[in-house]
Amino acid sequence: MRGIIGAGGYLPHWRLQRSSVSAVLGGAPGKGTRTVASYDEDALTMAVEAARRTLRGTDAVPAALWFATTSPTYVEKTSAPIAHAALRLPGDVAAADAGPGLRGAAMALRAALRSTETVLVAAGDVRTGPAGSPDERDGGDAGAAVLVGESDALVGEFLGSGSATREFLDRWRAPGELRTHGWEERFGEQRYAALASAAWESALADAGLDAAQVQRVAVVGPQARAGAGLSKQLGAAGVEVVDTLAATVGFTGAAHGLLLLTHLLEQAEAGQVVALVSMADGADAFIFRATGRRPAGPAVADQLGGGDDSLAYAKYLAWRGVLPMNPPNRPEPARMSASAAERRLDWKYGFVGSKDHESGALHLPPARVSFVGGNVDDMDAAPMADTTATVATFTVDSLAYSPSPPVVFAVCDFDGGGRLPVELTDVRADQVSIGMQVEMTFRRLNTADGIANYFWKARPAAQGGA
Amino acid sequence: MGSHGIKDRVAIVGMGCTQFREHWDKGADDLMVEAVQETLASAGVAKDDIDAWWLGTAQSGMSGVTLAAPLKLQGKPVTRVENYCATGSEALRQACYAVASGAYDMAAAVGVEKVKDSGYQGLNAFPIPHDGTQRSLTAAAMFSLVAPAYAERYGVDPGELRRTLARIASKNHANGAKNPRAQFRREMDVDAICKMPAVAGMLSVFDCAGVADGAAAAIVVRAEDAYKYTDRPIFVKALSFVAGNGAGLLDPEFDYTHFDECEAAAKDAYHQAGITDPRRELAMAEVHDCFTPTELVLMEDLGFSARGQAWQDCEAGVFDLHGDLPVNTDGGLKSFGHPVGASGLRMLFECWLQLRKEAPEERQIATADRGLALTHNLGGYPGEMVSFVGIWGSGTD
Repeated sequence: MRGIIGAGGYLPHWRLQRSSVSAVLGGAPGKGTRTVASYDEDALTMAVEAARRTLRGTDAVPAALWFATTSPTYVEKTSAPIAHAALRLPGDVAAADAGPGLRGAAMALRAALRSTETVLVAAGDVRTGPAGSPDERDGGDAGAAVLVGESDALVGEFLGSGSATREFLDRWRAPGELRTHGWEERFGEQRYAALASAAWESALADAGLDAAQVQRVAVVGPQARAGAGLSKQLGAAGVEVVDTLAATVGFTGAAHGLLLLTHLLEQAEAGQVVALVSMADGADAFIFRATGRRPAGPAVADQLGGGDDSLAYAKYLAWRGVLPMNPPNRPEPARMSASAAERRLDWKYGFVGSKDHESGALHLPPARVSFVGGNVDDMDAAPMADTTATVATFTVDSLAYSPSPPVVFAVCDFDGGGRLPVELTDVRADQVSIGMQVEMTFRRLNTADGIANYFWKARPAAQGGA
Repeated sequence: MGSHGIKDRVAIVGMGCTQFREHWDKGADDLMVEAVQETLASAGVAKDDIDAWWLGTAQSGMSGVTLAAPLKLQGKPVTRVENYCATGSEALRQACYAVASGAYDMAAAVGVEKVKDSGYQGLNAFPIPHDGTQRSLTAAAMFSLVAPAYAERYGVDPGELRRTLARIASKNHANGAKNPRAQFRREMDVDAICKMPAVAGMLSVFDCAGVADGAAAAIVVRAEDAYKYTDRPIFVKALSFVAGNGAGLLDPEFDYTHFDECEAAAKDAYHQAGITDPRRELAMAEVHDCFTPTELVLMEDLGFSARGQAWQDCEAGVFDLHGDLPVNTDGGLKSFGHPVGASGLRMLFECWLQLRKEAPEERQIATADRGLALTHNLGGYPGEMVSFVGIWGSGTD
């Protein structure tokens, strides 16, 4: 059977209360929260986190990796190979970006479902705009991923899909621009309504189903009202149209379709038929039958209740670069060396140390000579990204350069051996304690000379209620 | 195989040290010229009498030309050395060995750092191209890890330890206030220091070394020649150096309450010098108080206090100017300032003054007749550092 082998959603730790925006800028009080990528997260890191969760539940190895976003790290350089390195995928795995553009994730999913290979589709997006903009208010940041392939241990069996395309101008943003511009919404709303219905009918036909045989559908798109017509039509046919997390997460752009699909599959009982209708410069619809097997998690529903919604609006604006902040009077970090980074690929991107064969001593970063016994070149690779650690001691550094001071830094001892003094993230300084459990997370440490510098940090373990 | 040292084979016969300041009006060249002129005068020799030179600078210049050009040396060997914040001691160590080997009759060690031209506060290392995974923490934060670890291990109340650390800073400020060459000459009481806002862990800026420009120098000759230049030479009793292998950063056993490199360097130095009870045999010690917790832990690593006892000894005034074993009588890095390449030689300069009883009267130690002084100079961070220990004497056995 072909379908979804694994799925994972990643909601960042930080949440912004929409009321904190109106408290500063005025206007009608905002309701609910949106998710916020931390200063050290971007579309790629969140997609990596989601993909790690996706792959955790299976032994299947993809033949190809697609990464989709509307907020790419680079435009010339492809981002997917960075995710490929962080996920420690084999060298014969193809990796490319499905984008930029909102529709990339849905198209990559469509291509994956209709191919014969095992394909990992990962998406992430950081959604924002000028202060007070609808995108700032209604957007959200997230990563999501699905692994598609042949398996007898599927999460969801693929039943059919349909697509519809007709060019029209609804929303646009030039590279580097903060603001996404929009045409009069009524125009796009009506165009999307027709496209979504067409894709939906096409998917039903492909699956050989009537609408009434589908239990739950997620209808996602850049405009809340764009899916209203289809939702009404589905409701009349007895299909449940699920909440799109607008009140808690916001629209997460290129990631939103996969996030909602993951959410559906995480909640589905065996045999339930679920569908995703994604509107993005066209429309794509996908229908699956849940097997009752659940993705590895942590589930999206559990993450909704976690996180920290105490983020100040000013800090949010600073993180997004909307509000320029005065940096500490310290030298900015030098750019990383491309050749040095490539030599240490497994360490830098995969968080792989080395373990001395004879003594078992763990080396982070990997070494050739053991600090116990002194044996030379007698080490095994030691992947540590999924190993939790305990804070042995910690400090808070208000002097070091950071995109968001102060730096919270801890000496972390890994379960089963090994130590790394490393920066903490997703935590306030007053929340850290000796003995705290932490887990590793892939982050963007800084950007210098246009080069995004990725590495790992530690954060409090088992976030999001998992 | 073994570390034997060169006890009593070479001697220091001249020294000089500039004021340590924010020398906006002086560059590294000026500072080297001034320190060397004072040093040559103190030994009564001319620059051409020096057969070989060692220059210690962490990042104020590269190669021996950094010294040879401003001094206009004529056809002399100059070796530039670097060993983190122990750079000045490293230059001195090499000059001593060069004379002990018989290769040269007279060698000079010069240490200099011009740190205040960077445009930033604090010390900033040259960026070496790397893979982008290095820690970005400040030295203050790395050393701040020591305080809570020490409090935890020895059951000291963190508030109590905060006062102990402030007392160390206060002592060094009091000593520096009596030193016209020191950067900071204001006494600071413990309560005032405790009230300063923390910038790294529990440390405030008053727990950190002063950042200053400066230079210091020394002239080394064979011991048998020493009295030709001065009637009070200072003899080299021990020189030891350990470059740590960074295991403390890898090893969960390392608990941030001691520095293995310093303990090992001290052990080797005491062996070379024949010292068995440093707290009673030494007249004084100049130690690398880059941050207050560093000085605390060094009292134990250097064998002045039993493990877990240094905080009580500090509180009891053991290391005060007129305590049992005066430490950092010139104000230390804290108050004298820390021009990286010069600091190791600055430490020796204070021993030179104290053992020769040439220190200003208000800070002359009462223990000088014990005749032995120790300098300790480190660089790097807890878990990954270099450490120098030198022992100096006013006579020979």
